[in-house]
Amino acid sequence: MSSETKQILTTDGIPLEISLKKAERKNKIKAFLLVAPLLLFLIITYIFPIGEMFTRSIDDKMITNMLPKTFKSMETWDGKELPPEEVFASFLSDFKILVDKKEHGKLAQRLNKEKNGFTTITKKLFRQVKRNKIDETQSIKEQIMKVHKRWRNVEYWQAIKRTAPPYTSAKYLKAMDMYLNEDNKITQVSEDRRIHRILWLRTVEVAFFVTVFCFLMGYPIAHLLATLPMKYSNLLMICVLLPFWTSLLVRTASWMILLQQQGVVNDFFVMIGLVADDNRPEMMYNKVGTYVAMTQILLPFMVLPLYSVMKTISPSLMRAGKSLGGTPFVAFWKVYFPLTIPGIGAGCLLVFILAIGYYITPALVGGASGTLISNQIAYHMKSTLDWSFASAMGLMLLSGVLVIYWIYNKLVGVDNIKLG
Amino acid sequence: MALPKYTETRYRIWHYFYIAICTFVFIFLIAPLFVIFPLSFNAEEFLVFSEGMKNLDPDAFSLRWYKDMVYGTKNPWGLAAKNSFIIAIFATLGSVILGTVAALGLSSRHMPFKGIIMATLISPMIVPLIISGVAIFFFMAKAGLAATHTGIVLAHIILGTPFVVITVTATLSGFDHSVTRAAASLGSNPVNTFMKITLPLILPGVISGGLFAFVTSFDEVVVVLFLAGLENTTIPIQMWTGLREQLSPTILAVATCLIILSTLILISAELLRRRSERLRGINR
Repeated sequence: MSSETKQILTTDGIPLEISLKKAERKNKIKAFLLVAPLLLFLIITYIFPIGEMFTRSIDDKMITNMLPKTFKSMETWDGKELPPEEVFASFLSDFKILVDKKEHGKLAQRLNKEKNGFTTITKKLFRQVKRNKIDETQSIKEQIMKVHKRWRNVEYWQAIKRTAPPYTSAKYLKAMDMYLNEDNKITQVSEDRRIHRILWLRTVEVAFFVTVFCFLMGYPIAHLLATLPMKYSNLLMICVLLPFWTSLLVRTASWMILLQQQGVVNDFFVMIGLVADDNRPEMMYNKVGTYVAMTQILLPFMVLPLYSVMKTISPSLMRAGKSLGGTPFVAFWKVYFPLTIPGIGAGCLLVFILAIGYYITPALVGGASGTLISNQIAYHMKSTLDWSFASAMGLMLLSGVLVIYWIYNKLVGVDNIKLG
Repeated sequence: MALPKYTETRYRIWHYFYIAICTFVFIFLIAPLFVIFPLSFNAEEFLVFSEGMKNLDPDAFSLRWYKDMVYGTKNPWGLAAKNSFIIAIFATLGSVILGTVAALGLSSRHMPFKGIIMATLISPMIVPLIISGVAIFFFMAKAGLAATHTGIVLAHIILGTPFVVITVTATLSGFDHSVTRAAASLGSNPVNTFMKITLPLILPGVISGGLFAFVTSFDEVVVVLFLAGLENTTIPIQMWTGLREQLSPTILAVATCLIILSTLILISAELLRRRSERLRGINR
């Protein structure tokens, strides 16, 4: 044989390599076609709308479309002194169109958000325009400046110029209790108005402590379930699985009954003499309620991954550790515990991710000091209708969760999530 | 868990301490569900145990709140239950069909970009519900499906499919593909092979995924709160409004029914899991 290996051919004369590749590609397409319906469905109804949340959160086109000529003529204005006649003229012509469309109110509202005081002066200008008091053959600048003294103040024109870009980061800054001041510098809002930062911190704090409590309570019982003989552990497993399958609202309702001032827990405390009957502590509508209820609700998500990892650890390892001279504590700490770390990682991350986006339970048992960032998002979606602000906060929360999800994926792998 | 005779005292104490902690945690997990039962039979209007109930006086118990739940004039529970079941059944069907087909593709070893596609398909389970709610609301509002049953069913399909995908891929991971090849070599077309060979073998996984999807839909309140109008009220929405406004014992009667339902679901899920493990030849 020569040094060159002869190409292997299939029966119909096509080289084997090509023929195999073809078959492979066919299989690939077949597999992909099976996934395609769900993937397409999710992309259209779910992934795109999440993307839309982003455009909505930075969108500021409304005003850009309202004052197109003004912003065009403002391009050459340096923004230090009052703008030239040309800017005033184009502002007036933009404003007249808005008056015809009855949209000047929206403009006033948007500008007022940028700088307080715009509502009054736009109303005044509106009256002048309505009565046709402005003579376009004369200097428009002089006439507008006469309408109200604020139109003579350069700060108000600077504020208009600031709204020119079609995109804004204002909503994100607002979610961090910050805003852009006159010089385009990021500034903190005054101390008494910093509400969002407290909510973010509280959300992380609640999620963290709920995770810690779940771990402290979940580890011993997962260990017990994994080491007990099958017939007992199956029975005890029901205690974990029944809450898991029970409606979230049912469990929250039962905590509301248990924790109320005349509730069972307080009755018990009075009975054992821990508190006086007339001095029953308030355990609901504060953080205690949130912690207790959320820990119970999320505990199964900690126990199940821990259990599935512990189940695979052979009991002979602990015996070996002890026979080699370790005390039970040393054997546990040096042998058993390190083997359960994958389960701990899975359980903790799962509980943390679920806890950080919690909404229903804190809203019901949390009271004012138990509200979390999710409650704030829902509030802006349903009550103030500031959807772009809700979107901005939602995306900030989402990016946090995605980072954790990514770590989770690296450590455990998504396909290793076990259910039930 | 009997301790050997030679155990030192301090380990003995530690062991009893450990058992005590475990007992406490188990009580913590399960006890809240059991407060609801007796209180739902309360003859009075308050959500506390009355003196009569503590003394086990039969007059202190009644079926009044169950009657109110079923026959109450102003009670929305009938409509809510009907909506909940309709929505959950259609959402489950949709999730099971889409999820199973996708899982078949995902378990093929020829599947390209497996990791990223799997992550996308699972994402509705990981993304906090409030964000899913906002995003789905934007879509449904644009598509004109807000405050319709169709919109809620579609939303619940989104939330339910990850569970089906996960359980069915798990079932398929132990699946012996040579049986489908055997069927093909005997002249069966792919659809026939799926219906006659694959489906019966993975059915436990499919049904338990379906159970997850059903419970997810039946229990879901965050997304529905954004989407539902007055006509589409569901049991969770009614419970949510009830718990926020007036805590009436009727809610406890409903809750008791829901606990019974979840017990039934738990039993079927456990039986299915065991059957599935038997079919896949996992012996424990």
